[in-house]
Amino acid sequence: MSLARTESPLIRRILIGIALFYLILFIFMPLFIVFSTALEKGVSYYFNSLKDPDTIASIQLTLITALIAVPLNLVFGVAASWAIAKFDFRGKNILLTLIDVPLSVSPVISGLIFVLLFGLQGIFGPWLRDHGWRIIFTPSAIILATIFVTFPMVARELIPVMKAQGNDEEEAAITLGANGWKTFWYITLPNIKWGLLYGVILCNARAMGEFGAVSVVSGHIQGFTNTLPLQIEMLYNDYSFTAAFAAASLLAFLALFTLVIKSLVEYRFRAELKAVRKGAH
Amino acid sequence: MSIEVKNIVKTFDAFKALNDVSLKVETGELIALLGPSGSGKTTLLRIIAGLETADSGEILFHGEDASVKKTKDRNVGFVFQHYALFRHMTVADNIAFGLRVQPRAIRPSEDKIKAKVKDLLDLVQLDWVGDRYPSQLSGGQRQRIALARALAIEPKVLLLDEPFGSLDAQVRKELRQWLRRFHDDLHITSLFVTHDQEEALEVADRIVVMNKGKVEQVGTPQEVYHKPASVFVLNFLGNINLFQGRVIDGKLYLGNAPVNLGRGELKSNVKSANLYIRPHQFDISRKPQGDNAIKAIIKFLNLAGSSVKLDLSTESGNTLQVEITQQEFSQSQFIKGESVFVCPKDITFCEYEI
Repeated sequence: MSLARTESPLIRRILIGIALFYLILFIFMPLFIVFSTALEKGVSYYFNSLKDPDTIASIQLTLITALIAVPLNLVFGVAASWAIAKFDFRGKNILLTLIDVPLSVSPVISGLIFVLLFGLQGIFGPWLRDHGWRIIFTPSAIILATIFVTFPMVARELIPVMKAQGNDEEEAAITLGANGWKTFWYITLPNIKWGLLYGVILCNARAMGEFGAVSVVSGHIQGFTNTLPLQIEMLYNDYSFTAAFAAASLLAFLALFTLVIKSLVEYRFRAELKAVRKGAH
Repeated sequence: MSIEVKNIVKTFDAFKALNDVSLKVETGELIALLGPSGSGKTTLLRIIAGLETADSGEILFHGEDASVKKTKDRNVGFVFQHYALFRHMTVADNIAFGLRVQPRAIRPSEDKIKAKVKDLLDLVQLDWVGDRYPSQLSGGQRQRIALARALAIEPKVLLLDEPFGSLDAQVRKELRQWLRRFHDDLHITSLFVTHDQEEALEVADRIVVMNKGKVEQVGTPQEVYHKPASVFVLNFLGNINLFQGRVIDGKLYLGNAPVNLGRGELKSNVKSANLYIRPHQFDISRKPQGDNAIKAIIKFLNLAGSSVKLDLSTESGNTLQVEITQQEFSQSQFIKGESVFVCPKDITFCEYEI
């Protein structure tokens, strides 16, 4: 199958050239600098700087945060997009708008909201203090802020997919005797799993990389409330460039790793993916 | 299994999709729900399947109230206009789905399911596509697979929503004859929705003509075509010509000749009448025959087909559609622009004004 091409070869080359130039300037160069600076003083120095207890604690906190935020937002994202794409109800547009809030406000403001809610001067602060609970400046605040910032990622990815697929297949499954759960498990989920995978990858990347909101609620307590991005900033501000870039290389490596996994999965299921994308229509 | 629909009402927001619809379908019948879009035919089908709930009214399956049953327990085979095949499953898995989701206690063994899938693929004459994905099939093949999938659960009722609606004309013709033969073999009580009158007339045992959420007429193809119950049915089931009849001295006249009503006397309070005449109910000749001959000019001739279709323009400027046999045409050899006389032989429908 060949699409009719009206552009001349020259225009085609110019367009490809512009795209490549941007990729090199904004993706490959920064990546190269991250890794080259991290390895500047040799491999052993690189690993030693990662072995720093505070850095290890920050890695742990980042992983725990993502481990809690991503599954929760996965469930929320599926439920919200299911409701929005498959049903008509009052207030649907309001829900759609609300889902976008974390994407449209600055992460710093997202963080501030939690300070205003749970901080000592905040609405629930005194009550929480009286009951012996602390949220702000603890890992709980980091997890809450991360959940808030990343909750649109899965839903945003799924809503268009679900809308495009309509209800026909679910209705067919029901007339064939499937109950709601089986219909979801055998029909809906397989049809949205690619969108779901991309959503989870985006959600995970954002959960691990989030800086602004987390920075506001963290209090920057080394070894306790510093996530990896916060630790990187702290190291950088302390002029420990190599250590900062070593930690940064971990985040970059993680991003590359998820992309490789995604490509591998796509390659493995290419036939099925083709069938699903082409649709039954 | 017989289906009885009693006084169904269904409203979407302000739109009344079904307005007090009642209908009885006997066991083993093949029924067409015919009507223009927005007439409520698909809504009625979906209510019978349980995919929509009626605001009021009853659905009885074999005398038992079905409205309390959920869709999945109604044992209804449903075929969708756009097939609704599961795109991520092979054809064989699609057909097996209804069996595999059955509760463990009644689910057949995997071997039995495989055998059943093979039987169904043979039945729809597509035994070689089991391993393919729906996207690799043509429209007609997909619809046959959709039918096989619906039949896998051995439904007591088969519901088809515009089953041939998204197919091209040739495949549509083949498939509807196939459906007819298929139904004659299996005798499952079946309802299909269509807006194509030709399809309904050709395939169905009985036709339910619907308009604006109401049933206009229920009858055999012959009945609805030759004895329409309303002007709507008349118009919907084929081309029609309208004439004004005059009442003089208690007799109905078309042109200068009295109309032979055949079925009884004209009521005394009738002032005038609209006379509806099908295109094939005319004699056409170069010389006037009879008192009610109408003079007209041939504007257009369509020779393609089993009959010859003529568009005529009368002296008063009205357009007439007339159909004659190829044989009649070969004897007369009318040409475009010629002046002719048309004479109604029969009248399909009279609408009296009092």
